[in-house]
Amino acid sequence: MMLKGKAHKFGDSINTDYIISGKYKFKTLDMDELAKHVMEDLDPAFYSKISPGDFIVAGRNFGLGSSREQAPLAIKHAKIAAVIAQSFARIFFRNAINTGLPLIVCQDAAKIDAGDLIEVDPSTGVIRDVTKNIELKAEPLPPIMIKILQDGGLAEHIIKHGGFSL
Amino acid sequence: MEIFIIMYSLNLNRAHTFCVLVGDNLGKTISEKILGAHSGTDAKAGDMVVAEIDYAMGQDGTTPLSIKAFQKMKGERLKRPEMISLVIDHSAPSPNEGVSALHKMMREFAEKMSCNLYDIGEGVCHQLMPERGHVAPGDLVIGADSHTTTYGALNAFSTGIGSTDFAAVMLTGKLWLRVPRTTKVVYKGKMQKGVYSKDLMLHTIGLTTADGCTYDTMEFTGATVKSMSIDARMTMANMAVEAGAKAGIFEADEKTLKYIAEHSKREPNPVFSDSDAIFNRKLKVDSSKVPPMVAKPHSVDNVEPVDKLLDISVQQAFIGTCTNGRVEDLRIAAKILKEKQVKSGVRLIVAPASKGIYLEALRLGIIQTLVKAGAAVVTPGCGCCVGTHNGVPSDDENVISTANRNFKGRMGNNKAFIYLASPATVAASALKGRISDPREVIA
Repeated sequence: MMLKGKAHKFGDSINTDYIISGKYKFKTLDMDELAKHVMEDLDPAFYSKISPGDFIVAGRNFGLGSSREQAPLAIKHAKIAAVIAQSFARIFFRNAINTGLPLIVCQDAAKIDAGDLIEVDPSTGVIRDVTKNIELKAEPLPPIMIKILQDGGLAEHIIKHGGFSL
Repeated sequence: MEIFIIMYSLNLNRAHTFCVLVGDNLGKTISEKILGAHSGTDAKAGDMVVAEIDYAMGQDGTTPLSIKAFQKMKGERLKRPEMISLVIDHSAPSPNEGVSALHKMMREFAEKMSCNLYDIGEGVCHQLMPERGHVAPGDLVIGADSHTTTYGALNAFSTGIGSTDFAAVMLTGKLWLRVPRTTKVVYKGKMQKGVYSKDLMLHTIGLTTADGCTYDTMEFTGATVKSMSIDARMTMANMAVEAGAKAGIFEADEKTLKYIAEHSKREPNPVFSDSDAIFNRKLKVDSSKVPPMVAKPHSVDNVEPVDKLLDISVQQAFIGTCTNGRVEDLRIAAKILKEKQVKSGVRLIVAPASKGIYLEALRLGIIQTLVKAGAAVVTPGCGCCVGTHNGVPSDDENVISTANRNFKGRMGNNKAFIYLASPATVAASALKGRISDPREVIA
């Protein structure tokens, strides 16, 4: 399935406190409510700018900081289709895989500008910037992670297989 | 054969050499050995394994989502209830009814599943796991909190994971993990007076940067760390994640075994890296040349020697957390503050890392000294550090803190500025009302 949406640009080192502030995460388990505050400290109006299927495009070390799974969940519930970044912090990376939020590691993410229309083919890892008419190559995910993503996340994987089947 | 290639040298004033170690050998690192033993595989860096977990922990910011995920997985009972602890520490006691509902959910789950629960006032999860004997050398421990790396001080492989991961461990006793490469950090030399393991670690993170060790284990070794207490080693292992690392591990020695004998009934199984193990790279630090260090807003790798920041005023000083809230830390602060008064206009907040530490510090007269100097002592827990309650700064205020993270908004206000330092530097700064060099006030 081809993912298609517009790019929302962020810089390097977007930490989990920026993605969803600690002051919200402890208050509720309602992820649709948390989603309204996604990236609020960087751009108070960010949530209102998202159309379902859009992408977050960022630089290095996206998601550094706490282990809060609310970070990928808030992004997913804000209807972001995937995050494209040069690199990801490791706990955020595994939390995103486990909760079924696709991540795309792309060294050339900086070539994408805010507002560009982007097409991603998750099966081939090819990113097309439709606005610029260029193709960018993504790094493939390890097979174990692809399997968890294909099952819809770790909970779905465990339900489907009655435990780990990796 | 080993070949060292010097990659770069950041600054001639700094005491380090950055090297890549290339080898053609078959030895193993501590991480490869522990993950291999727990997955029944010949684990090498880069492999993906499904490993048996020895102990797992979740806190009140992450466990409620784990309970939801556990229910979604149709979990009815815990695989091994005796290997699970739930800790209420991040907003403890509850500051509002939303949090109260989540705490209640945790208490009911622990009761129903017959697992251990540490309720309000017991302390910060990362102090409780070692202090109450849940971790031993050679163990594989996971926690739904990023600073789970702390127990590497006891020669365990311990790492932070998310809520769904924790749910999977509660249900199956297992977890998928990528076997990390290892960055070896060798510390030689004696630290100067007024310099502590916190300063060494801030210096190290300044060298690696905040993502310089992503996916790696940091293995801390050398004469300096061998002379350190377990408390001081925990400070460094705790902050390994601030360099992006998956774990921060020390070798076991007689101090480790003494700590285990005093705190745990577990049988230690010390693990060492082979002399011919393959390291991703090697970093050397001359500890004698490291001054007291401070991380400036808003990232942990934004470090400078304290004497470059002496004109910055502080309105709040905080001593506590899983990084620096132990007896040794409180004692260092009390020694500086004894029979003195915190500068008027500065709020000094102290949070012992656990009830056990609180009681010990009371017994030693440390708490009395701190309170007489003007400190407000709060319940053992994470609140002030993580911004849920117990000391949210106001707009445009500067905070100097012994915590591990100074991200914008971290303490609950995105218009405040957080500086990170050792307990000595924080205590000295509280006395003077501005960032201060502890070497000036240490007798």
